[in-house]
Amino acid sequence: MSHDQETISAVQELSMRSVASDYIARVKSGDIGALPAILGLLALGIIFKFSSQYFLTDRNLANLITQSAPVMVIAMGLIFVLLLGEIDLAAGFTSGVCGASMVLLINNHKFPWYVAFIVSMIVGTALGFAMGLLRARLGIPSFVVTLSAFLAFQGVLLLMAGEGGTIPLQDRFIVAVENNNLSPTQSWIFYVVAMGAYILYGLRRVIRGRKATVKLELFKVWLLRNAILTVLAGAATYMLNGQRGNPPQSSIKGMPIVVLVLLGLLFAGTFTLQKTKFGRYLYAVGGNAEAARRAGINVTYIRTMAFVICSGFAAIAGMLFASRSNSISPTTGGGTTLLYAVGAAVIGGTSLFGGRGKMRDAVLGGLVVATIDNGMGLLGFSSGTQYLVTGGVLLLSASVDAISRKGAAV
Amino acid sequence: MSDPILSLRGINKSFGPVHVLKDVDFDAYAGKVTALVGDNGAGKSTLIKCIAGIYIAETGEITFEGKKVDIDNPRDATALGIEVVYQDLALCDNLDIVQNMFLGREERTGIVLNEPSMEALAAKTLDGLSVRTVKSIRQVVASLSGGQRQTVAIARAVLWNSKLVILDEPTAALGVAQTEQVLKLVRRLADNGLAVILISHNLNDVFAVADYIAPLYLGTMTTQVETKNVTASQVVELITTGKSSGVGASK
Repeated sequence: MSHDQETISAVQELSMRSVASDYIARVKSGDIGALPAILGLLALGIIFKFSSQYFLTDRNLANLITQSAPVMVIAMGLIFVLLLGEIDLAAGFTSGVCGASMVLLINNHKFPWYVAFIVSMIVGTALGFAMGLLRARLGIPSFVVTLSAFLAFQGVLLLMAGEGGTIPLQDRFIVAVENNNLSPTQSWIFYVVAMGAYILYGLRRVIRGRKATVKLELFKVWLLRNAILTVLAGAATYMLNGQRGNPPQSSIKGMPIVVLVLLGLLFAGTFTLQKTKFGRYLYAVGGNAEAARRAGINVTYIRTMAFVICSGFAAIAGMLFASRSNSISPTTGGGTTLLYAVGAAVIGGTSLFGGRGKMRDAVLGGLVVATIDNGMGLLGFSSGTQYLVTGGVLLLSASVDAISRKGAAV
Repeated sequence: MSDPILSLRGINKSFGPVHVLKDVDFDAYAGKVTALVGDNGAGKSTLIKCIAGIYIAETGEITFEGKKVDIDNPRDATALGIEVVYQDLALCDNLDIVQNMFLGREERTGIVLNEPSMEALAAKTLDGLSVRTVKSIRQVVASLSGGQRQTVAIARAVLWNSKLVILDEPTAALGVAQTEQVLKLVRRLADNGLAVILISHNLNDVFAVADYIAPLYLGTMTTQVETKNVTASQVVELITTGKSSGVGASK
């Protein structure tokens, strides 16, 4: 029988060539992965580096990170919802409402910052739970549920802000998250510890993988990837440790504290998606809800929880918004926030059709969006042009997503 | 001949005024393939769903491994070791072979999924079925051919020490070469000691692998015959008219 020609046992020998051909096969089956985002980031970096003397400076890099942090966090939450093929259009204003709740509790009720933050998280997850139930139990399309919520939460935020318009925030712990930095020494210690833990964990996985019947990844590829990551993270740490104040009057250097928040969330989210049953079920429901149901998975529960988690991330983003601008305004989380967050996830490689996506997509895509925004701003392009370009990039990624999916279906 | 692992006696099932199954008797044996054949609307799917716990028969009794059992829902069937592979397979395209095989029944250490253990068990199961046509068990299912997908669905069904596997039209959507592969696999399941119920429209397939043929005609089981004792034209007669000159009386 001719089909037995492709006979290869379940144990497969890996080589550089087979890794490359596996990657091509994955792209053909619709999984484009992170490569386009990385290449895009590289290209943008080079273009802006040569057209603006300010772009790749110590000051601008720190600015880029603190600027994009809230959007990245919203994008991280959105990935849970996008994995199911759903959408949460209200995530931006959820963050606004949660941020406002936190700030009002601190200002008017003298709550300690951590209590206020936890309450705002509870508010966020409750909002997500309500939206999730409407989607999963009543079966209203998530587009409609969250579009209504988008409008309603905007109203809630306006009412909370009241006549004053903006609610100022003085709490120094919250403000510190987006505005203070680790000392250069602390930054290097953090770099060594975090990078070391990542490499050791990966090494353990590679060694274990060799014992199992199938090697998870070729050692050489793993080595290359880790080397690149180590160098890039080292370079970023070095740049963040550079002086970006005006030395006699003010000295600003070190890793912004928000980097720790971002990496912590990235780790927690990745762990949940890749290592736990719940994460596996999110992918399963997004891939084929009927198959998931027949396998005994509680699809209603998974759908509801995805919205709860998404809104929980939005609540954290609300705290970051408040921290960054020392206040919450009626437009916090509005404007381009949600569109940039969806754009970040999709540009990073998460599919709008569900079943495909990773936590790191939010960070990679978030960096791309922020780079376009920031770099074009430095070059003096108007907001109009910036929106036009960002919209174009989002459309391009969505097209790649749709085309690769079409390729998989054939 | 040994006792049947599953035996149905006097099964009746109606939907409103429509009497779909009429006093159906049916047996399946460990190590044997029993083909359930019949025209559209003869009641094949309904009968299978009564065994799988999706429908509950109104009257009649089900004996499994010599004991009278009640199968009130799919979980009861699974607990007994009965697995069904439906025609549409119900696989998640975005998950790999191992992930699909363990979906809903993942192994864990603490809260972390135990991938090496699941991978090893999946590889062992596929080896036991002599499946060597997949490149890697970490391939996503989307990249597999129709026959390979069928193989994964069947492997998923036998992963759980199941005793009876029901296959609903496993070759309906396959080409010639892939059909042959899947039929070999069906035969191997039985040779490994499982009881297999094969639903099929294709008499060539049935004669290629089945030990017994059970033709349903308008909700009645005409007679369950041994494949080697009948010819294709006799089976066609049983399917279309409910009786056949040579075998109809043997009941």
